[in-house]
Amino acid sequence: MTSPLIEVRGVSRRYALARESLWQPRRSLNALDGVSLTVRAGQTLGVVGESGSGKSTLTRCLLGLERVDAGQILYRGEDIALQDAAGRRRHASRMQVVFQDPNASMNPRMTVHDIVAEGMVIHQQDLGLDSAARTARVLVLLDQVGLGRDHLYRHPHELSGGQRQRVCIARALALNPECLILDEPTSALDVSVQAQVLNLLHEMQRSLGLTYVFVSHDLSVVRYLCDEVVVLRRGQVVEAAPTQSLFEHPQNDYTRTLIQSMPDLAF
Amino acid sequence: MALLHIDQLHLAMRSFEGEAHVLNGVDLQVNPGEIWGLAGETGCGKSVTGLSVSRLLATPPARYLSGRILFDGQDVLTLNEAAMRRLRGRAISMIFQDPATNLNPVLRVGEQIADVAYQIGRHAPEVLGLDAQASRSQRRHAAQALGIRMLERVGIADAARRARDYPHQFSGGMRQRVLIAMALVGQPRLLIADEPTTALDVTLQAQILALLSDLVRDSGTAVLMITHNLGVVAQICSHVAVMYAGHVVESGRTRDVLKSARHPYTRALLAALPRPGLARGQLANLPGRVPDLIHPPSGCRFAPRCPRATSACSVQTPGTTVLSPTHQVACLYPHEEPA
Repeated sequence: MTSPLIEVRGVSRRYALARESLWQPRRSLNALDGVSLTVRAGQTLGVVGESGSGKSTLTRCLLGLERVDAGQILYRGEDIALQDAAGRRRHASRMQVVFQDPNASMNPRMTVHDIVAEGMVIHQQDLGLDSAARTARVLVLLDQVGLGRDHLYRHPHELSGGQRQRVCIARALALNPECLILDEPTSALDVSVQAQVLNLLHEMQRSLGLTYVFVSHDLSVVRYLCDEVVVLRRGQVVEAAPTQSLFEHPQNDYTRTLIQSMPDLAF
Repeated sequence: MALLHIDQLHLAMRSFEGEAHVLNGVDLQVNPGEIWGLAGETGCGKSVTGLSVSRLLATPPARYLSGRILFDGQDVLTLNEAAMRRLRGRAISMIFQDPATNLNPVLRVGEQIADVAYQIGRHAPEVLGLDAQASRSQRRHAAQALGIRMLERVGIADAARRARDYPHQFSGGMRQRVLIAMALVGQPRLLIADEPTTALDVTLQAQILALLSDLVRDSGTAVLMITHNLGVVAQICSHVAVMYAGHVVESGRTRDVLKSARHPYTRALLAALPRPGLARGQLANLPGRVPDLIHPPSGCRFAPRCPRATSACSVQTPGTTVLSPTHQVACLYPHEEPA
């Protein structure tokens, strides 16, 4: 077992709900309720659950976009809630995210070059790359994800769905992160394109030694890509196990329901 | 005679860049009680085929070049809009992908179903259990009662009370149930379901698919299920037609097509699905993308992406080979029958 990169210890996050009556106290929703998990360096942790299970809240907390109400998130042993501004910026550069819908996560008025380079502009102080060096790096990144110089000055609408998701992956890699959060990166894609993106992610992990947190409700993809799986339900971890044992010997009834619901090609 | 017979349908779509040949000779026959899956990548013409059957495509930009769509022996392409409106919702109904955009947010759910039932009742009062002389208010009351019964049939608990709720008070899976209820009000003979479970979680997907197949099995309704997920096809479809660039490349009984796929495209789609026991990085890639339909490749449209293509493939358009009464393929060099 490799060392833990991220440790989530008893994290809770509550959201206040709309008032039902002026005279009653506001009710709240426990989006995360005492979640603990460990992400090991160089491995892929799958986070599985249906809508409303807290998957997205967990990713937002890991990225530091959302404060936690209780518990701690430790990144290499350091609590991300206690970071100063410089520490938060450093955290942002070592942990990047790829979202579900590439159409919604790119500015349609920016070129591929500007989209991929934006992070490098923001982190200019730490990286010290001038404009020419940034462009050179963008070309290297595009090459890594299987795109070329001819895509550099195109806009998102001129790309196919798979190419758009590749641009999002290139953008996420721009700051040399250690860890990528993949929030349903293939659920908006066709199976053929999904296969391309999954293979690309696997290659990237092997060549760059990345750590992945892979959020999905598609269990067949999770089984293919993940080393360990955490099953979330209503903000709580109901089961956590290495992938193979989770699929072969699920301990929890809910996990069993999820596995039985997978569309199966066998007759 | 088949309930639905799509016969050599060609359709073009006007765009800024030129005219795209979206459907290129689609052939399909659906019998009562059959559940057909229409599978393929985005841009293969699956949805356009479905929309053509219910004549919901705006013309222009769409233009029917040739071919017929025979529904119950009658060519729907020759019907006028008034006749089509009597058919839609009654004999042919549709369910779409996103349940959130297909319900009116400012009308109560029960009212929306009752509206559909009321309209159908104007031409077919027997659906409401009334005779032709029934008054308007009798029809309105019967339509409301039928709406609640339909909500019960699709498994919505406490239907009479929930009928007074608005769509935002329903969850995604519940909304899709409401749309199914609405589609089945008129006891349709053909149901076109365009990716009905793509927006839903796996557990809900399994529930909705089971519900759909139960409902149509009882009534003998034929279903045209548009999906890009071959897992969904395997789960509920009795037959499947795999489409590529506006053409049915392989079709037949689900078991025959998925178990012994002969077309390289069907094989590629199946190989792209992650399977148990597959090592990481072993997933087969289908390189390239669906061709530009404004300037489609000559000959077989799959040839540029096909690992088995020869020079003949880019010249000759493959005709349909009948492998068995329940299995057809359109390829010059189909795979051999697996051992």
